[in-house]
Amino acid sequence: MDQFTINLLFVGASFALYIGIAIWARAGSTSEFYAAGRGVHPVTNGMATAADWMSAASFISMAGLIAFTGYDNSSFLMGWTGGYVLLALLLAPYLRKFGKFTVSEFIGDRFYSSTARVVAVICLIVASTTYVIGQMTGVGVAFGRFLEISNFWGLIIGAGVVFAYAVLGGMKGVTYTQVAQYCVLIMAYTIPAIFISLQLTGTPVPALGLFGDHVASGEPLLAKLDAVVAELGFNEYTAHHADTFNMVLFTLSLMIGTAGLPHVIMRFFTVPRVADARWSAGWTLVFIALLYLTAPAVGAMARLNITEMMWPNGAAGEPVSVETIADDEKYNWMATWQKTGLLGWEDKNGDGRIAYFNEKDADTVAKMEAAGWGSENELTKFNRDILVLANPEIANLPGWVIGLVAAGGLAAALSTAAGLLLAISTAVSHDLMKGQLTPNISEKNELLSARIAMAVAIVIATILGLNPPGFAAQTVALAFGLAAASIFPALMMGIFTKVNNKGAVAGMLAGLTVTLIYIFLHKGWLFIPGTNSFTDADPLLGTIKSTSFGAIGALVNFCVAFTVSKFTAPIPTEIEDLVESVRVPRGAGAAVEGH
Amino acid sequence: MTDHTSQNAQSAEKSDQGYWAANVRIILISLVIWAVVSFGFGIILRPLLSGITVGGTDLGFWFAQQGSILVFLGLIFFYAWRMNKLDKEFGVEE
Repeated sequence: MDQFTINLLFVGASFALYIGIAIWARAGSTSEFYAAGRGVHPVTNGMATAADWMSAASFISMAGLIAFTGYDNSSFLMGWTGGYVLLALLLAPYLRKFGKFTVSEFIGDRFYSSTARVVAVICLIVASTTYVIGQMTGVGVAFGRFLEISNFWGLIIGAGVVFAYAVLGGMKGVTYTQVAQYCVLIMAYTIPAIFISLQLTGTPVPALGLFGDHVASGEPLLAKLDAVVAELGFNEYTAHHADTFNMVLFTLSLMIGTAGLPHVIMRFFTVPRVADARWSAGWTLVFIALLYLTAPAVGAMARLNITEMMWPNGAAGEPVSVETIADDEKYNWMATWQKTGLLGWEDKNGDGRIAYFNEKDADTVAKMEAAGWGSENELTKFNRDILVLANPEIANLPGWVIGLVAAGGLAAALSTAAGLLLAISTAVSHDLMKGQLTPNISEKNELLSARIAMAVAIVIATILGLNPPGFAAQTVALAFGLAAASIFPALMMGIFTKVNNKGAVAGMLAGLTVTLIYIFLHKGWLFIPGTNSFTDADPLLGTIKSTSFGAIGALVNFCVAFTVSKFTAPIPTEIEDLVESVRVPRGAGAAVEGH
Repeated sequence: MTDHTSQNAQSAEKSDQGYWAANVRIILISLVIWAVVSFGFGIILRPLLSGITVGGTDLGFWFAQQGSILVFLGLIFFYAWRMNKLDKEFGVEE
């Protein structure tokens, strides 16, 4: 059986499983559609939330970004896990006690203002849509590879599948499907990592292998990697090269954004009790950590494998020859990935060899020229987003592992895209249409508007996903910045302070606007290439990149909210009582449908 | 009778405030640890930890890629356990 058939088999079987579960657990009532009733155990909820949370960015993109940058991209690891501490300590139990279905309902009620609710809906739609763009980038890569077509057609087909999938069910169907998706994606991520860790370090636990010894050389793996990449003129893997201030801000933005993303917060409305909301956040992080502790090992080991493939006898030997790439079975992955247009090489100096090195480093270029390998890097394109999916092929693992990884990558992208589309459609149909514009809307029309909102969101995300503002994880990082600057401060102030309606509205608008403008100035207006005035290499303010601006946006949000609140009327007594009651678990009932 | 209820209400309010103050204190301590392991050991204080080697690199690198995640896990479970105890101490559990 060839690899294409195996991939198709694995992806087909996993899809059949999800659809089967979705049909078996079909939502029966509106309450089940939005919040899966009350019957979800914290461990089950944790697993589903982990699947919802770990998207194409975590699964497909993150290890690749770490592999090619090293230590400096640790921000992704700390940021996307550290946010759960904020969520568990500052938001989850109180939002569960409040007992409504959506984030904007809380903001609308707590700030006794329909304007606040509408502004929250806008913030939520902007952040979620940006997030879906990042998912679509990943979906395009995954479908492109496993159907062996170009990235463009992969994206178009992927968009159709995501839409069909998201329309299928509400939260309850999604909850149990997501448990299955979690199992598929975590197996797909860890099994190849275990194989590779055994090959390179002899340790079956990748997280330990990362700090273990490289079997072939006897040196510590990371010391070996540092030496190998430095010889080719790249930054040492474990060294700190990034600007420290920007790195701190970026990590903080990802953390705050994690705690401000509506599709994750919504999950904590679905547990039976306040105590369960606290445990649930912990269980979620356990399931996330299984992937996040493995990811840095995947990145480092893949980087070593790729470098050694391009230089089979080390940097002092000769680069791999064009014939070897074409004929040797071990190099088959290069030809398959070339079809997606995301991997490319060119024998520029015509010596029959592909020399891979950092052509921006003058010393290395001189060394390569002296050795006769030319002055240009000939591995011309290596899209970071292909690394995880190509990894089992690079390590020459059996066909079924490659098929499993294809299924896992799609599970990650689909589960998150579906969760986000559900959050967007809930915001439009429940909060905007039913809550504000047309309160008497029939249940049928509410569902119809939900589906139209999903369709519009996915069309926009697909169009923008064709020219994404960055690799999947970088685009997703922008979405986190937007959530960090708008939603999180409003929720936190709603629980921990007595900020009033005008303060909250002004804060959210200020935070969202400055962050959006800063991102558009660097990434192009509406992410249209060429319309940017600055680049992240030379940002507008000091060393602050557009992906790190969310933390500044959050600060602006807090400052504006406190200032405006100070000079306007204090909150009424009944809202003061609401804040007091949210702070104490006693008397938390089931969530009720709000208006 | 009325006196009794209002006294009860007053003491409940007082206990709720004590509960909240205790909660905020636990949150602050947890967040200090949260910041120290990630922004501290993982990034800003990494040079200070460079003397301690861990598998071919230093302790700061380990904190940035593994240690901070493990501490986050510990913190969330500690908080859940501690708060459930606190709920009972103040009689505010569901």
